Amino acid sequence: MTEPVLSIKDLVVEFPFRNDVFRAVSGVSFDIMPGEVVGVVGESGAGKSMTGSAVIGLIEPPGHIASGEIRLKGERIDNLPEEAKAKLRGRRIGMVFQDPLTSLNPLYTIGEQLIETIRTHLPLNEAEARQKAIDLLTEAGIPKAAERMESYPHQFSGGMRQRVVIALAIAAEPELIIADEPTSALDVSVQAQIIKVLKKLCANHGAAVMLITHDMGVIAQTADRMVVMHQGTVVETGTVGDIIRRPQEPYTIKLINSIPTIQRQAGDVAPEAAANDDGAYVQVKHLVRDFEIGGGGFLKLLPGKVEMFRAVNDVSFAIEKGKTFGLVGESGSGKSTCAKMIVGLLRPSSGQITVDGHDIWAGGAGHKERRKRVQMIFQDPYASLNPRWRVADIIAEPMRTLGLARNRTEVDHRVAELLTRVRLDPSVMRKFPHEFSGGQRQRIAIARALSSQPEFIVCDEPTSALDVSVQAQVLDLMQELQDEFGLTYLLISHNLAVVRQMSSAVGVLHNGVLVEKGPTDAIFDNPQADYTKMLLDAVPDISRVA
Amino acid sequence: MLAFIARRLFQSVIVMLAVAFIAFMVFRYVGDPVSSMLGQDSTLADHAALRERLGLNEPFYIQFFSFVGNALQGQFGISYRLQQPVSQLIMERLPATIELAFASASIALVLGVVLGIYTALRPRAFSTGVIMTASLIGVSLPTFLIGIGLIYVFAVELKVLPSFGRGEVVDLGWWRTGFLTESGLRSIILPAITLSLFQLTLIMRLVRAEMLEVLRTDYIRFAKARGLSQRAINFGHALKNTMVPVITITGLQLGSVIAFAIITETVFQWPGVGSLFVNSVAVVDVPVMAAYLVFVALVFVVINLIVDILYFIVDPRLRDGAKSGR
Repeated sequence: MTEPVLSIKDLVVEFPFRNDVFRAVSGVSFDIMPGEVVGVVGESGAGKSMTGSAVIGLIEPPGHIASGEIRLKGERIDNLPEEAKAKLRGRRIGMVFQDPLTSLNPLYTIGEQLIETIRTHLPLNEAEARQKAIDLLTEAGIPKAAERMESYPHQFSGGMRQRVVIALAIAAEPELIIADEPTSALDVSVQAQIIKVLKKLCANHGAAVMLITHDMGVIAQTADRMVVMHQGTVVETGTVGDIIRRPQEPYTIKLINSIPTIQRQAGDVAPEAAANDDGAYVQVKHLVRDFEIGGGGFLKLLPGKVEMFRAVNDVSFAIEKGKTFGLVGESGSGKSTCAKMIVGLLRPSSGQITVDGHDIWAGGAGHKERRKRVQMIFQDPYASLNPRWRVADIIAEPMRTLGLARNRTEVDHRVAELLTRVRLDPSVMRKFPHEFSGGQRQRIAIARALSSQPEFIVCDEPTSALDVSVQAQVLDLMQELQDEFGLTYLLISHNLAVVRQMSSAVGVLHNGVLVEKGPTDAIFDNPQADYTKMLLDAVPDISRVA
Repeated sequence: MLAFIARRLFQSVIVMLAVAFIAFMVFRYVGDPVSSMLGQDSTLADHAALRERLGLNEPFYIQFFSFVGNALQGQFGISYRLQQPVSQLIMERLPATIELAFASASIALVLGVVLGIYTALRPRAFSTGVIMTASLIGVSLPTFLIGIGLIYVFAVELKVLPSFGRGEVVDLGWWRTGFLTESGLRSIILPAITLSLFQLTLIMRLVRAEMLEVLRTDYIRFAKARGLSQRAINFGHALKNTMVPVITITGLQLGSVIAFAIITETVFQWPGVGSLFVNSVAVVDVPVMAAYLVFVALVFVVINLIVDILYFIVDPRLRDGAKSGR
């Protein structure tokens, strides 16, 4: 039997606080064999990133390794002095971080950053290092690598930057790559490419991979074995196929069951779709939005200098009362711009939006109607609630501004009722948002949206900032509220599985154009547009594990 | 890049015109320039003659245009108090102010950046605590008190440094410098320290805060994960990113060092533009005040322009931003 590249035994990472000690990782053990891809999966706070940081020796103080050992090729590395650890980094252990937009220094060209890294570790001169950098970029799939060496990070798209980051991590031929959520910040189609690049490069260079992610689909597609972590401990270890098809531990079973899949599950009743668009509750007709780019300020005075960018191009769809319409698309496809126009935050360049027959951009009466009937739930529950306001005030604000409640008692009564509706205890209304978890905050945001008794709610990526198990709870809640109040939803998401689970009809946006729309099942099972087919193929899905 | 500079220059011209207009209004309407110049015992005929000669009977906008035209040629009229051309007065005193500003800005920049980096890299060290506490004193003590305190210690008690004036100066024809004589150099020490202290602490605290911020970013973590040396990370990657916001504040502070050295110049009787201004205010010498106003605006506009161009050189994102017009 060969020796493992990485062997972690009873690792404990502790954060001492003033009067107690928080154990981020408690007693984690697993091995990674040469050339193997091991997925470490778990929800936020499971300690998976902390394990990765411990291996590469980058735990932020005051956190520290309290006990246990980490061996690289049999040699113990957790107790090495700082300088010796620094020598391992990059040379023997490489790392890829989550957000490619922030992990490159914005003020240096990518060539400078690559050459600097290569020359730190390998005895090459400037020209040789340059050649190696170009080779690495080519290998990572960057076209015209030699020319792009002089480009700055901001001149690359997110996916391209992540390729650069991977090239950087692998530059000195390390034996182990730690990839911490390498694709979570990317679009699905880009995600698939990046996973391929990561796998290919590591295979070519013989590096083992520790792939840290919350996305079971990515692991299913990439890893050989997986380690499931929960609250700082390893729950289950095994081959990917085994764990996904025959999970043993209750936590793993729960985790796997809460993952939405783009396949229609047996027993689910397919929501029927609308037959025709006339008389639908919400109608969006020929919506167009242009943005000016270039020639700003002074140059505006010159004629013909203003360029227009069409973010949303002739989008039309309709939503039946009490149904959910899913709008999917990648970043930059114009889906959030659509949402803003529909809730009235952004004036359309042309086109018409009517809710229950009222044109919401008609001004006067239409304006007032819109504010009452149309509400929005935002993506980030950490940023969408005012941190200095108490929950009661947050939820009561729409009632107060729209004059829906007469006095203090009535407001309190309504707030308590709304909190119960979203399955929170009414006594929490005196608390501040920071005292809640992400899922609870999103419930508060939903309660706020419900407080003006709307009939139509626009949900812009309502669950993409949440863990899978929490996501399942929030989606269930949204479903129940829809049944209870007959709400109409516009669900905007890049997550195809969520859209499949929730909506009765779907529209696919690509570069501002609605390439396809129709009943959910028709689109998912029998896509017509090439873009839709590509999007569906790119989704990493656990049900495809052989 | 050229379009960007052209746009900035255009904005600068508008700012200067606005300031010139204010200066003109001050000149024209604060008191009656004719009676200020002629004094009490003059005849009405004298008044009328001077009024005609100064062009004060012309329409308002013609007067403004001739004011701007004269200002462009460096003509701001005659000082009521000293009976000399204002431009000549300012040019005589400008070298003193510029040398003082240059000396104090150098002290503030070098020490401020070095101490800022030091305290950021050793956030928990005892020495950092000492420096940070001392810097609070620097920020909160008023300039005149520091100046008087320094004079008391070094000039009165220790008798090692002069307490006022510029010392001997060497005339280079177009510039009179105090940097070439021993007494000149000794004279500049106390005022330069006094003037720099506030800027120094400000720059230091700014550099420290920015650097701490930058050291927490992902690209610094990634640089560590790539195994780069501590030196390369701190001085190559972190410092350059720290400098972007520091440049703005430092530029503006440098402007105020040149323009508002008034208190320090008064305390040390430094023969610069600031003390000229203070003396002119006392006797309502309007032409000097108007010229000083235009001068200060010019200093700020020029420094801002330089700061904008520096931004361009440091931050590649702005270069592209300018191409697309933002």
